[in-house]
Amino acid sequence: MHLLEIKNLHASIGDKEILKGLNLTIDEGEIHAIMGPNGSGKSTLSAVLTGHPAYTVTEGEVYFKGKNLLEMPAEVRSREGLFLSFQYPVEIPGVSMVNFMRAAVNEHRKYRGEAPLNASEFLKLMREKRALVELDNKLANRSVNEGFSGGEKKRNEIFQMAMLDPVLSILDETDSGLDIDALRIVSEGVNKIHTPQKACVVITHYQRLLDYIKPSIVHVLYQGKIVKTAGFELVGELEAKGYDWIKQELGY
Amino acid sequence: MKAQETYSNLFKNYREVLRLSAARALDGARDTAFARFEALGLPTGKNEDYRYCDLLPALEVDYGLNLFRMGIPAHPGEVFRCDVPTLSTRLFFVVNDLYYPNKKPIELPEGVVFGSLNEQLKAHPECLERYYNALCSQSQDAMAALNTAMVQDGFVLYIPAGVQVEQPLQLVQMFQGDIDIMATRRLLVVLEEGASAQLIVCDHAMSTAKYFSNQVSEIFLGKGARLEYYEMEMTHDKVTRVSNTYISQAADSDLLMNNIGLENGLTRNNVELIFQEAGAKADLSGLSLLSRQQLSDNHVVVNHKAGGCNSNQTFKYVMDGAARGVFGGKVLVQPGAQQTVALQSNANLCTSKEARMHAMPQLEIYADDVTCSHGSATGQIDENALFYMRQRGLSEEEARMFLKFAFAGDIVERISLKPLQARVRMLIGKRFRGELSKCAECNICP
Repeated sequence: MHLLEIKNLHASIGDKEILKGLNLTIDEGEIHAIMGPNGSGKSTLSAVLTGHPAYTVTEGEVYFKGKNLLEMPAEVRSREGLFLSFQYPVEIPGVSMVNFMRAAVNEHRKYRGEAPLNASEFLKLMREKRALVELDNKLANRSVNEGFSGGEKKRNEIFQMAMLDPVLSILDETDSGLDIDALRIVSEGVNKIHTPQKACVVITHYQRLLDYIKPSIVHVLYQGKIVKTAGFELVGELEAKGYDWIKQELGY
Repeated sequence: MKAQETYSNLFKNYREVLRLSAARALDGARDTAFARFEALGLPTGKNEDYRYCDLLPALEVDYGLNLFRMGIPAHPGEVFRCDVPTLSTRLFFVVNDLYYPNKKPIELPEGVVFGSLNEQLKAHPECLERYYNALCSQSQDAMAALNTAMVQDGFVLYIPAGVQVEQPLQLVQMFQGDIDIMATRRLLVVLEEGASAQLIVCDHAMSTAKYFSNQVSEIFLGKGARLEYYEMEMTHDKVTRVSNTYISQAADSDLLMNNIGLENGLTRNNVELIFQEAGAKADLSGLSLLSRQQLSDNHVVVNHKAGGCNSNQTFKYVMDGAARGVFGGKVLVQPGAQQTVALQSNANLCTSKEARMHAMPQLEIYADDVTCSHGSATGQIDENALFYMRQRGLSEEEARMFLKFAFAGDIVERISLKPLQARVRMLIGKRFRGELSKCAECNICP
C-alpha cells in the first residue's frame, strides 16, 4: 500500500479542465518536488487533494493510506493526516491563533479517540512547536495571520504543520515571499518535523528551497499532467535550462 | 382598522381603572398621550419608519392585559438563576409589567431612589415628576404614546448629584404565564450632575406563549454624569418587543449603551438621543443574532443639538435562516453644532441565502465644522477562511461558528463590565451552537 496514490486524475474549476490525467505515487519517507511553469496545475493539485470545494474531480481516483480520499470532506482529510501549507495563507480577523489551534489540535485528537489537551498541556505544545520555526509568542497571540508579514505567514504555516503533525504535507510555494534567513528557518523546521514515517510534497519554482529540503524525486507538471520524473539532478537542470527543452522533448 | 380600534376602546373603557392607585404624574400624562396615539395611528408597513417591521400581525393577537394589577404567584428571585458569575449585581425584577419588591432590602448610597416607578413617583414627586415623560411626550411614535396612555408601573433609578453607585444594577424583565400577554413597561433613569452607575436590563420569557412588550425608557444624564447601560434580550420566536428609548445628555456626560439580542421574535428598538450641551459623549452599539423568521429592527437617531459632542454608533447583525435585520441610523447635526464628531457604522453577516438585511444609514448636517462618517456593509461568510480552517481539521460548522463569533467580537469588546463581557461571550457561543433556543421550559438558564 502506498501512502498516496493518484490515478488518472482529472479536475476542473468551472468549465475549465486543469488536471488532465495526473498520476503520482508517494511512499512513506519520501520527499517529492513538483515543479513546472505557471498555470500548469500545481496549485490546483494541492487544492484538489485537500478538498477545496471550488474544484470538481471529473475522473480518476486518489487513495490516501489505502482510503478513498476523494470521498472525504476537507476536515476529515486533515484529520487523516493531510496538511497543506497555503501559498496565500488566509487572514482571519477576530479568530485568535491560540483558540484556532486548540480547536484544530483537539479535533485531530478526538478523531483518533484521544482526550482533548488541557490548557497547560496545550500551551506547552504551542511553546515547543513555536520554537521550531522561531515564531514569536506575540504572533501566536494575535488573530490568525492578521497583519503578519509574508514571511511570518509562511512560518505560521509550518508552525501549524508542526502542531498537527501530519503524515503527508504539501508545501505550496512556501518559499515565495521569504528572505534568506526565513527560508532557512522554515526549511529547518520542515526537516525537523520530517521522519521516515512521513512524506512531503514541495511545490516550488526555485532550486533554493530544494537545497534545504532535499527531494529524492522531482516531477515536472505541465498542462495538467506529470510529464517528467527524475532524481534531484533534474532541479539543477531546470534551473539552468528552463522548461523549453522538456516541451521540445515532449513535442509540444 | 381592527387593532387600532381595539386599543382605543381598551383605553376608553378602562380609563377609570387606569386612574386607580396611579401616581399623579402617571395618570396626568395619559389623556394627551392617548390623543396623540389616536392622531398618529398604529404604525403599519405604510409608515416609512416601520417599512420593514410590520407590527400589525403581532398587535392583532388577543393579549391578556393586567389592568387590575393582579399579583402573579411568581418568585422571580428563585426562578431566575441566570446571574452573571463573578459579577454580583443588585437584582430587581419586573414580571410581565408588575414590579416585584425584593425580599431582602437592597442598600444603595443615600439619596438614591429606586424601585417601583409608580410608588416612587408618589413618594418623591419633587425629584421625579419633572423627568417623567419629559422626553417621551415629544416623540412622534404611536407605540410610545400608547405606552404613556396605558402604563401603570415600571422601574425607576434616580441618583442624586455626585453619587457613584459602584455595584452594577440589574433589572430582570420577564414574561410569565400560559396565556398570551401584553406588558406595558416603563423605565426612568436619572443621573444628576457627576453621578455614575452601571445598569443591565435583560428581557426573558419563562414560557412559550405569545408575549408583547411595549416599553419606554427615559434616560437623563446630568452634567458630567456617566452611565453604562446594557440591554440584553433572551426571549423566543413568539415574543414581540417594541422599545422606545429617549436619552438626554447634559454637558460632559458620558453614555455607553450596548444592546445584545441573543434570541427574540420581532424586536423594534428605537433610540433617540439628544446632546443638550457641549462636551458630551455617547457610544451606542448593538449586536443582533437572528435565525429562522426572527426580525430585529434598530432605529437610532442621534441629535447633535449642541456642538462639541462625540457620538459613535456601531451595529452588527448576524443572520441565518430567513431572518431579517433592519438598521436605520440617523445622525442629525443641528445648525451651529460645530466641532461635532459623529461616526456611524453598520456591518452585517448573512450566512444563508434567505436572510435579508435592510440598512438605511443617514446623515443630516447643518453645520460646517464637523467630522461625520457613516458606512454600511453586508457580506457572507468568507469561503477562503472557511476552507483554510477546515484544512486544519475544523468541521464546517465549527469553522462557521468561529467566523461568526469573530464578526460579533468587537461589539462584545465594547462591554466594559468584564464579567458581563465574559458571560455574553459564553452565551453567544451557546447561541451559535443552537443551545439557547433548545430548552423550552427555561430558555434563560443554559
